[in-house]
Amino acid sequence: MSRQIATGNAACALAVKAANVDFIAAYPITPQTTISEKLADYAAAGELTGKYLTVESEHSVMSAVAAAAATGARTFTATSSQGLLYMNEILHYAAGGRLPVVMVNVNRAVCAPWCLYADHQDSVSQRDTGWLQFYCASHQEIYDSIFLAYKVAEQVEIPVMINYDGFLLSHSMLPFETLEQEVIDNYLPVRQPAWRLHPLWGGTFSNVAAAAEYAAYRHKLARDTREALPVIKAAISEYEKLTGRPQPGLIQSSRRGQTGTEGQTGAEGQTGAEGQAGAEGQAGAEGQAGAEGQTGTERQTGAEGQAQVYLLSMGSMAAEMELAAEELTRQGISTAALKLRVYRPFPAEELAALLPDGSALIVLDRNLAYGHEGGVLLMEARSALYGCAKNIKIAGSAIGIGGQDLPVSLLVEEVRRLLEVAKA
Amino acid sequence: MNSISAKLTDLPDYELIQKGTGACAGCPSPMGLRIVGKALGTNAIMVMTPSCAVASIGMMPKSCYDVPTLNVCFASAGASAAGISGALDVQIAKGLIPGPKPVVFNWVGDGGTYDIGFQGISAAAERNDDFIHFCYNNEAYSNTGVQRSGATPLHAATTTTPSGKNEGKKNMPLLMLDHAPAYVATASIAYPQDFYKKVAKAKEIKGFRYIELHAPCGPGWKFPASETVEIGRLAVKTGAWALWEAEEGRLTISRPTLQLAEGKTKPSPLADYLKVQGRFAALMKGAGKEQAIAAMAQSIEKELAELLARSKR
Repeated sequence: MSRQIATGNAACALAVKAANVDFIAAYPITPQTTISEKLADYAAAGELTGKYLTVESEHSVMSAVAAAAATGARTFTATSSQGLLYMNEILHYAAGGRLPVVMVNVNRAVCAPWCLYADHQDSVSQRDTGWLQFYCASHQEIYDSIFLAYKVAEQVEIPVMINYDGFLLSHSMLPFETLEQEVIDNYLPVRQPAWRLHPLWGGTFSNVAAAAEYAAYRHKLARDTREALPVIKAAISEYEKLTGRPQPGLIQSSRRGQTGTEGQTGAEGQTGAEGQAGAEGQAGAEGQAGAEGQTGTERQTGAEGQAQVYLLSMGSMAAEMELAAEELTRQGISTAALKLRVYRPFPAEELAALLPDGSALIVLDRNLAYGHEGGVLLMEARSALYGCAKNIKIAGSAIGIGGQDLPVSLLVEEVRRLLEVAKA
Repeated sequence: MNSISAKLTDLPDYELIQKGTGACAGCPSPMGLRIVGKALGTNAIMVMTPSCAVASIGMMPKSCYDVPTLNVCFASAGASAAGISGALDVQIAKGLIPGPKPVVFNWVGDGGTYDIGFQGISAAAERNDDFIHFCYNNEAYSNTGVQRSGATPLHAATTTTPSGKNEGKKNMPLLMLDHAPAYVATASIAYPQDFYKKVAKAKEIKGFRYIELHAPCGPGWKFPASETVEIGRLAVKTGAWALWEAEEGRLTISRPTLQLAEGKTKPSPLADYLKVQGRFAALMKGAGKEQAIAAMAQSIEKELAELLARSKR
């Protein structure tokens, strides 16, 4: 293991280089571009194990990596915002084709009007394409999630989209720990697909299907997506064992000892610097002041046991939410932050398990569910908890849209307002 | 039958088209693919985009194509073939897949080539990705019920140009030639031996290769199923479709077209080609018929002269 300080995009590129990827297609878009540039540097220096192909659009990016994956290759690409939207058709194709592509989407607002900053509208609008979606709140999570994504994608044969916030994480410099190549190779052996698009394997891929065959096929994808949850949990556990590094679970509570997901280590006494990532909004090293000598991924605040109020969010704002939870707790409202790491499949049971009877759940979304209050996470949470035997009050709102800054004071104020809404 | 007609019995036995194709009677796509299979052999991977060739493949899990096939989205052919080709190179080099590398080829219609797929194909040509792009050109979106495409010729009626197309077609093969790829050729369903030789030649070349096959469509062009080959032949004999190839940019006109371009053979009357196709019925019945046909013939003459000049560069 070695400790580095670099941008989120550099952490991503380092992990991709180490993941023994066979094929990368690239097309520039802010704020993803520096991933593609870094990978191009690696390719030029002969440090990549795979082919790096620059294509002429994101539609072609996804067309290329999906087809490459059909030959059995381990593939990677990265995009943002409009680029992700432009891929839409092929996102469906890749998932329907059970092609385990891994892609990073550096979250950015979608037009119109044009906006370059952090916002989850791009990825949540691709929710029903059949991809698994992970969200990262720190550079360490970005680095670790690359390996986790390949592990899961290749096992369940469903593509994985890793999301993290543009600029807040992609361009900020933060510390993270890398792994020895041997550890990575142990965790992530060479992909061995059951079938390849190749004369030695034969067969026709994505044929025309009658309704009965089509329906069976698509229902299987839906079932396998739900059944990916235990696979992800197991992959996280194995990663922890191999690396000795505590990992956030499907949903991570900031409360010590409260996990909601079995197999999670307690991460006792760790107060990782990543909690600061988004709150600063900038790369400033001064934000890291307290980070010296700390190694953990997970920020777990002083309080133990159950809280009365839970703040659910994803991406870098989940790290900010931990600070808000601390502040609210100081103010006398026992609060915990819940960081959603895995958005698809949605860990509904894990969410319900984390919430004590009589608690309040405040959901803050960095996206808008047009025609509905708040954002999509609020809808997901309500849906997950509907029919739950526990009495849990839920409220939420959309905040931080277009990269709007989210200082702790604003979050605390918003949570206090929403607690009144939840009570009413 | 003229002297360059193919003896299919002289070609390899391998049949890419299996029993059970859902293609219309007289469809040129399986005729062309049959020749492609014989020229490329069994170590090949095919990529298709939505087209008659996909619609006629047979229902899942069956296929009428005896070659590993990936049916990708409409605009994807250029990038998907590039992805397959590049991924094969890496995995063969790593020892994950045994060599030799299969020939990767696209079998795509004119809609997927001239229109929606153009960007990706142009980019693949510019990158010189290692695959063959076949455009089987039936001059319309036949699969969706015959709508105009960038390959539909002037005056041809389609369901979206019911009174005839007002514009001419793109010259896609020359556009591809201007990308300076390793190999570009045009071919006709009526000249299978010429087509076979061009495919066999392309097989031995590395990099981006483009072969366009003129493929008359009975239901689309409104002629009887038995006439596909004859109409294809008429297209060449009238000069409406030109046969040529270009290796490393050096253009050579293929024999039947060269005879016309050099004035050694008189082109067949264009009206003979137009009158057997229902899509030109309005033109052939119209008052301006003679004038319009004369203008079309003149345009063909000009194109042949330009082709000849280019072949002498």
